[in-house]
Amino acid sequence: MKKSILSTKQSYLACALAVVALFLLLMAVCESGLASTYIKGIMMTACIAIIMTTSLNLTIGVLGQLTLGCCGFQAIGAYSAALTSKFIVAQGIAMDDVSRFLISIVVGGVIACIFGIMVGIPALRLHGDYLAIITLGFGEIIRVIIQNLKFAGGLGLSKGQQGQALIGIDRLANLYVVFWITVITVVFLFMFGRSRYGRAVKAIRDDEIAASASGINTTYLKVLVFAISAFFAGIAGGIFAQYIGSLNPAMAGWLNSINYVIMVVFGGMGSITGSIVSAIGLTILPELLRAFSEYRMLVYSIALILVMIFRPQGIFGSWEFSISRVINRVFYRKHGNPPADVPVPVAAVSQTADVQSAVSQPADVQSAVSQSADGQSAGDEPEHNRKERP
Amino acid sequence: MSNQLVMFISQIFNGLKIGSVYSLVALGYTMVYGIIRLINFAHGDFIMVGAYVLMLTAPVIIAVGMPGWLAVVPAILVCVAVGILVEKAAYKPVRERGNSMTALITAIAMSLLLENGGQAVFGADYKTVPTIFNMPSLTFGALRISGDTLLTIVLGMAIMVGLQLYVSYTKRGKAMRAVSEDKEASILMGVNINSTITLTFAIGSGLAAIASLMYVVAYPQVSPTMGAMLGLKAFVAAVLGGIGSIPGAMIGGLTIGLVESLTKAYIGTITAGVITSAFSDAIVFGILIIVLLVKPSGLMGRNEGEKV
Repeated sequence: MKKSILSTKQSYLACALAVVALFLLLMAVCESGLASTYIKGIMMTACIAIIMTTSLNLTIGVLGQLTLGCCGFQAIGAYSAALTSKFIVAQGIAMDDVSRFLISIVVGGVIACIFGIMVGIPALRLHGDYLAIITLGFGEIIRVIIQNLKFAGGLGLSKGQQGQALIGIDRLANLYVVFWITVITVVFLFMFGRSRYGRAVKAIRDDEIAASASGINTTYLKVLVFAISAFFAGIAGGIFAQYIGSLNPAMAGWLNSINYVIMVVFGGMGSITGSIVSAIGLTILPELLRAFSEYRMLVYSIALILVMIFRPQGIFGSWEFSISRVINRVFYRKHGNPPADVPVPVAAVSQTADVQSAVSQPADVQSAVSQSADGQSAGDEPEHNRKERP
Repeated sequence: MSNQLVMFISQIFNGLKIGSVYSLVALGYTMVYGIIRLINFAHGDFIMVGAYVLMLTAPVIIAVGMPGWLAVVPAILVCVAVGILVEKAAYKPVRERGNSMTALITAIAMSLLLENGGQAVFGADYKTVPTIFNMPSLTFGALRISGDTLLTIVLGMAIMVGLQLYVSYTKRGKAMRAVSEDKEASILMGVNINSTITLTFAIGSGLAAIASLMYVVAYPQVSPTMGAMLGLKAFVAAVLGGIGSIPGAMIGGLTIGLVESLTKAYIGTITAGVITSAFSDAIVFGILIIVLLVKPSGLMGRNEGEKV
């Protein structure tokens, strides 16, 4: 393994510059009028899908527990955010649009997070199939309850009507703000996955009994992951509510959740890059294939089965895109290998391979036992080791 | 008899009727889960397949002059074929390569495939099924119980008893129990696991076809998504009864059916309108959650410790 030519700080900087460049590109496209309202709408939907998919990936890919209730939390976040926004207006509090938008989506996220903890504590006693089915049940219960709340239908709050869609939500979602929220979400989830907590969560995925035997508080971490996932699902819901302008309880149903599960699974369980690519891809693809929209789910389901048969870990597996690795590759291609005597700092940020070489021990849970005492635990386990789990 | 009592008894019979359908579906779930530890999400959609076959063949069979219920024979054949195909084409390769999560995702994908395939072939609308048989109803004073309700309940019971005897006493049935107990050991004892799993799928799918007959007699319309909710509720029934247990599936199915029909009828008056009948789906899932938290092995299931 060649050493990186970038220091940790430099690779952070490279990532930040790349994000800013992406943002400038977005601004240029929007301001120059190249992007129609339709294209902007697709970009907004893609951002929502990215937040949903990357946060769901934390539960499915990193924790290894299949949940089918993510849209329940999205719906809670959406309704809370919409009602908060309406409440602020009804109380006559003066506020500019951006702060009202931000406050309402944070309220949505926090409420979804509280529900996530409430659902997670009992549900996470189960795992595997039972967890999937119980989260599905919770999603359906949330849907039925929202449907029957008086203040969550019609015009909302005191003017609400039971059993109707919530309408008349101010459409405050601004693409630039949403872009930065997406960036923050992705960065946070990425850093969480690489943190001490994230490594402990991966240890739970790989072998729960061994992880708990080595002193990892499995219940706490599982509920934490569930709550983080629910929080971001709530944020995504809040954005969705204030982009679309009306909400229907059916959004909490399990078929919607499965859409996001499909995105996570296609992209690769555990790969944030994969989640982002498949969220963008599966948002754009249906738009391109409008003529065949009837057969969309048919094609998805066949593709999903084929992916499961031929590449069970998803298209990207747990591979992550890394700018510093690209820079390294370009640099070494030009200049050949670095002289051996030059001390080269290791850029641990955003490089799967480097984390593994830095940990340098065989990355199985048993070694986490010895390491967890001094604050470290195992890195990513290579995929071929994690396929067959009893 | 007072009016209220008559109403109550007829609600009970309604519950038993839909409960018998749930039981038949739950039997399929329970057998498949018992043997390969997979929630076969597509199982509910096998019912949809069976119902469409009934819709297409019943008029032909009646026109030929044979009794309409014979349409269940082609329905069983098609469902068994679909079940075996699903197992061989999708579940088996995934089971050999992936883990339990990939298997579950495959099952969900298979369910979506069948639903959307049905939609592509038959369209999304509800279609009516012709009357398959007319049974005389029994009347006790003001109480009137339709014949097909009784037939559904009796048939459900008979199938459950038959299946229990089959699994307990025949060689094939013993092989099934052996495979669900310990796969490796049963290979060593000379059990052909692949054919046993296929047989389990075939029986489960055949039961789904019979359940679809019961269902379309009770509610004579079909749609591509009819199996989804039915399948989920039957799964709840299987979990409630204890997954892997045949009498458990029956008891769970009947309980869910009764709870559903009684809550629909009475929950509004009992809770003074706070919880209305619109909550009945939520109540069924609430039962699931409580069962999973209090007694995950279900009413009749055995408690299995976690193996290291």
